Formats: sequence, structure tokens, C-alpha cells
Amino acid sequence: MTARFSFSRLAAMIRKEFIQMRRDRLTFAMMLGIPVMQLVLFGYAINSDPKHLPTALFAQDNSVFTRSIVKGMENSDYFDIVAKPETAAEADDLIRTGKVQFVLQIPADFSRELQRGARPKLLLDADATDPAATGNAVAGIQLLTAQVLNRDLEGPLASLRPAPDPVNLVIHRRYNAEGRTELNIVPGLIGVILTMTMIIFTALAMTREVERGTMENLLTMPVRPFEVMMGKILPYIIVGYIQAAVVLAAAYWLFDVPIAGSLGLLAFVLFFFVAANLAVGFTFSTLARNQLQAVQMTIFFFLPSILLSGFMFPFRGMPHWAQWLGEVLPLTHFLRIVRGILLKGNGISEIAPDLLALLAFLTVVSIVSLNRFRQTLD
Amino acid sequence: MSQTHHAEPAADAPLIIDVQGLTKSFGETKVVDGIDMQVAEGEIYGFLGPNGSGKTTTIRMLCGLLTPDAGAGTCLGHDIISDSAKIKLKVGYMTQRFSLYEDLSIRENLAFVASIYGLKKPKQAVRETLEKLGLETRANQLAGALSGGWKQRLALAAAIMHEPKLLLLDEPTAGVDPKARRDFWDEIHQLADNGLTVLVSTHYMDEAERCHKICYLAYGKLLARGTVNEVIRQSGLVTWLVSSNSQRQINRLARELADRSGVEMVAPFGATLHVSGANDNALEAAVAPWRGEAGLDWQKVEPTLEDVFIHMMQGASDNFG
Ligand SMILES: Nc1ncnc2c1ncn2[C@@H]1O[C@H](COP(=O)(O)OP(=O)(O)O)[C@@H](O)[C@H]1O
Ligand SMILES: [Mg+2]
Repeated sequence: MTARFSFSRLAAMIRKEFIQMRRDRLTFAMMLGIPVMQLVLFGYAINSDPKHLPTALFAQDNSVFTRSIVKGMENSDYFDIVAKPETAAEADDLIRTGKVQFVLQIPADFSRELQRGARPKLLLDADATDPAATGNAVAGIQLLTAQVLNRDLEGPLASLRPAPDPVNLVIHRRYNAEGRTELNIVPGLIGVILTMTMIIFTALAMTREVERGTMENLLTMPVRPFEVMMGKILPYIIVGYIQAAVVLAAAYWLFDVPIAGSLGLLAFVLFFFVAANLAVGFTFSTLARNQLQAVQMTIFFFLPSILLSGFMFPFRGMPHWAQWLGEVLPLTHFLRIVRGILLKGNGISEIAPDLLALLAFLTVVSIVSLNRFRQTLD
Repeated sequence: MSQTHHAEPAADAPLIIDVQGLTKSFGETKVVDGIDMQVAEGEIYGFLGPNGSGKTTTIRMLCGLLTPDAGAGTCLGHDIISDSAKIKLKVGYMTQRFSLYEDLSIRENLAFVASIYGLKKPKQAVRETLEKLGLETRANQLAGALSGGWKQRLALAAAIMHEPKLLLLDEPTAGVDPKARRDFWDEIHQLADNGLTVLVSTHYMDEAERCHKICYLAYGKLLARGTVNEVIRQSGLVTWLVSSNSQRQINRLARELADRSGVEMVAPFGATLHVSGANDNALEAAVAPWRGEAGLDWQKVEPTLEDVFIHMMQGASDNFG
């Protein structure tokens, strides 16, 4: 093609892209709709530490100890006693039909055995089909019984109190003292939303040119592949910044996410993250024959991104091969950066390794996509 | 049926398109098979052939959109294989399918094209082009909302705005009404008079007759070329024109002659019948039994271009089809 890069040609591509973007109502709605929808879904609807779980109390013993335990459970916020079955079969039925998450069974001779020092059984039946739903509650009740009984076992019974740990273990939950799920999810959402929308927009923008036949016209004109690519990418970088700003504003004002680090640094990183995703979208558009295929490829990339990046599940909990896959994805690195900057107040030196990984990804994918871009219809 | 012919280009005009042996396959099928083509400066060159004969593919190879599998040549003096970037700057290509942006207005489309070609004064170029093609009143309409005729004008405007030396038009008048077609061709002739060379593919016989030269393509092979009269003469086709006062008689005759050996084509035109064959004697013998029939008037005439093309297409399908 013509020898040199031209700013006026690039400007023409960008101007055209903006006009088209403005006139395409559906795309425009998606640009705002997807962030809002995901914010509501992930920010408000998803909670990995559920409380007020329905619980049945199958008490065959009625003593001060039982009452204390029940009281303590209700105070913990994890358990709501919603049923008091009379028989074991009735209790079993409740958990099987899913009416309750837990059945707490207190055997008939509980207090007598306890006072005898015979370590009686306190049986908590948990519906553990979803381990995440029961995990914290189960951990909570162990602590709770110890505390409650500590209080009630007094006088001559004091010897039955659980022995104190030989070590005084102090736990600091740093950066998220209350263990709020949103603090982890909402900053990550910036990355998830950008991954989805940026890839799909560029993938569609290019395949649309092919599908509508306008690519033939574009290829007959003296425009360089680099200009076409930048013309498709730059407008969406701006869109990406707007989306990131919307989510960040919501994070700060609606979800009380702290902004411990520098917003300027975050904006700087965003550029490379958005560009990396746009380059992926551009590559897909050179592979896809039509818009449907472009969407399919986007989903194919998006799924591992949210599953293996540490957004949905703890990164360190994954097997090594999955971690290796995750390390390739730009979202993985961006999540570490954005959580680091917002929650930990990280600076450039702490995020440097992940930023370099993003840059490497961007470089490789850009080269691939520019090489894939055909200047002919062959 | 012949239209007024505008000035023919000078006989010694330089060749704008000069290619030999162009070949292109998609998968197993050879879509274009060893095509030679010479088009002189200022010529309007008609490119004819049935659907799927390889016209679009040939045009795309000329302007660098497709790489030929074999063959070589120049376009505007530049090598079509190694120099396609230079060719692109001087060629205006109007694609078969409308390929400007339907979600941009006429003005926005032209402004885009003007900037991409790096025109010195893009605003002025757009204004002049709008004026030249009578598009001002609709300048702000979205291209997608335009009728076929207006879309075609817009596409032509976009193709000539950068003042190309060669215009490639791929079925530019398909689906356009007769008045718009007439205007379009007047425009083309005016451009050619000013030195522009035009290669135009078409299915319309009247358009073929408005070209200085034509060539005919079938199954990727070039079957004939030259002026309209040369193509007709080269075909060796002989045609009898039969007329009668009775439409019934013509219809019956058409049925009876259709399967006779020596008769290749029987085409009714209202109350007349064209009976054609490649072999004069065989045709003569074939029609002899009806020559004396009362009410019929037999006349040996020059075949029309349409007769010739249908004849060539049948011959080609027997050979390669
Ligand atoms: N990109 C392509 N891939 C595969 N086949 C193609 C392609 N383009 C054209 N063809 C086939 O090549 C043949 C010639 O097409 P074309 O050049 O468009 O003919 P025309 O313009 O004369 O109608 C057709 O059979 C068409 O289906
Ligand atoms: Mg065609």
C-alpha cells in the first residue's frame, strides 16, 4: 500500500467509526447496558459469604445449654431457626426437600452427658451440595459452641471448659477486614466487563465490514492495515475508559470500595489492558467469517478469562496447569493490578511484573493480528 | 437498437490494461482461465458474460484485490502483481454489491473517501462531487435509505472523486430504472471523452452496444472480443427473420423448428421469429420445408448481439459445461 502512515487517514477511519457507533443503537445500548447489568449481578447478587441460612432445630433435650447454643447460633447471623421438627424422619425430610440448609440435632441426654464430662455429640447436618454456601457457617458454629459453653460451664463445671489454645493466634484480615465479597468482586468487574465488551466490539466491527461488503471498498482504497486496525481500536479505547469510569464510580460510591492507590496509575494500566483486549478482538475478526462466529470466538475467550483469572475462584486454588493457562490471560494480570492499586495502594514497582505481562501479551497479539489482516480478498 | 456512438479513442492510444493469461482458481474450479485483455486509453470496454463466468474475479485481479494464480501484465503501466498499491491510487472501482457505508450519509461517505485518498481539499472535493452528480439535495440522507439509482450515483461519485485514470464498473446498472441507466451511461461517455478509461461489466445488450469494444466471457474463458460488429461477424452465426401477420402461425413455427438439426436457436420477438444456426447450409436445409408457407415472410439478416451471445453460451456449455 502507500508507503507511509498517515494521520489524516487514521483520523478519517476514527471519525467514521464514531459516527457508526453513534448510529448503532444496539451497540450503544450494550456499551452502557453490559456494565450496569454486570454491576448489579456481580456486585449485589453474588455473595460468597451467605448469611441467614434456614436451619431446623431437632432438639430432644431442653436445658440451659441447648438454649444457649440456639441463642448463640441465631446471634451469629449465619443461622435462622425456621423449623423445629419432632422426629428424625421429619428433620431428614426438611433437608432433603431443600427447605432448610442445616439441621441441628441435640440428643436427649445432651446436658447430662455434658455435665458428666462425656463429650456428648452435637450433630449438625449440612446440605453441602454447594460447599461455598455452608463453609463459613460450619466454621462459625465450632467457634460458637466453644464460646457459649465457656460461659455456661461455671462453678464446679468449669473444669469442663475447653482448654485454651497453647498459642495465641492473631489473625489480621488485611485490606478487607470484614471479608466483604464486593471488595474483591467489584474492582475485578472493571476487568471482566472490559474483556467482554472490548473484544466483542472490535470483533464485530471488522466482521461487519466483511459481511456488509464494505471491506471490498476499503481494500481498494489506499489505506494501510495498521491504519485500519488503529481506526478500529482507538475509538473503543475511549469507550473502554468510559466504562471503567462508570464501574469505578459505582465501586466507590455504591459499594464503598476504597481507592487506596493512584487513579492515574490505574488509568495508565487501563490503556494497555483495553488495547490488549481490542487486539484480541481484531484478531478474531480476521479469523471469523461472519458476526456469529465472531461472537462465538469471544465467548470462547471470555469463559476461561472469568473462570481461570481468579475472578470467580481463588487463583491459588487451581491446579498448576490451570494457573499456567490463567497466567496467559490479560484479565489475570489486570485483576492483580486493579485489586492491588485499589485495595492495597500498590504503586508502579509492585504492579510492574503484571504490567510487563500485559505488554507482552499486547505485543504478541498485535503482531499476529497485523499479519492475519489480508489486503486482498483471496 | 444502436445508440449514438461517441468519439472513438485514437487508434494509437497507449494501453491502460494489458494482461496475459490471467488465471484464478477457487478450490478445484478454475474460475478465470487464461484471459488476455488489452484496453486502450479513453476506451469504454464492455465486459460481458453470464453469471458466474468470472467477470468480477477478473476485475478484482486487475485492481489488486485478488492475486492471480498465473498470468501477468500491467494496469496503468504498473505490474498488477507487485505494484498493486500504485494501481489502487489511480483506479476507481465500483463494486457489484453496494460497498459504501449504509449507516453513513452521502456526504459522510464522500468525506470519508476523500480523506482516505488524501485529497488536498477534501471539503471542496466533496462539494464539487455532490454538485457534479446532482446529489446535493440528498447529501444528508443515509446511504442505506437510498433507492438503487441513487445508491449507484453515490457509488460512482465515490469512485471518481479522486480523479482516477481507470474506472472499473462491475454491473453498475443492475436493478436501476431505464431513465437512471440512460443518465448513467451519458455520464460514463462524458468521463471517457475527458480521457478516462472505463471497463464495465454488464448484462444489458443496449449497454454493450454503447461500448467502444466488448469481450465475452463464459466459464472463465474469453470467447470473443472486438467491436460489436466484429464480434457479430466473427461468430459466423446466420439468422433468418421470419415475420407473419398471425401470432399463432409464428408460435406454431417456433415449436416446429425448435428441434430441427441445423437450427440452433429459435427466439420469438413479438410477431417475428429469429431462427439462427452456425452453419449456413444446414440452416438453409432445415428451414426449407417452411420457406414456401403462405403468410410467412423470410429474410436473411445480421444476427443481433443477443443472438450471438446466446449462441456462444450454448457452445461454451457444450465444450466446458
Ligand atoms: N471468494 C470466492 N471463493 C470461492 N468461489 C468464488 C469466490 N468468488 C467467486 N467465486 C466463484 O467464482 C465464479 C465466478 O464468479 P464471478 O467472478 O463473481 O462471476 P461473475 O462476476 O461473472 O458473475 C462463481 O462460480 C463464484 O461462485
Ligand atoms: Mg459479478
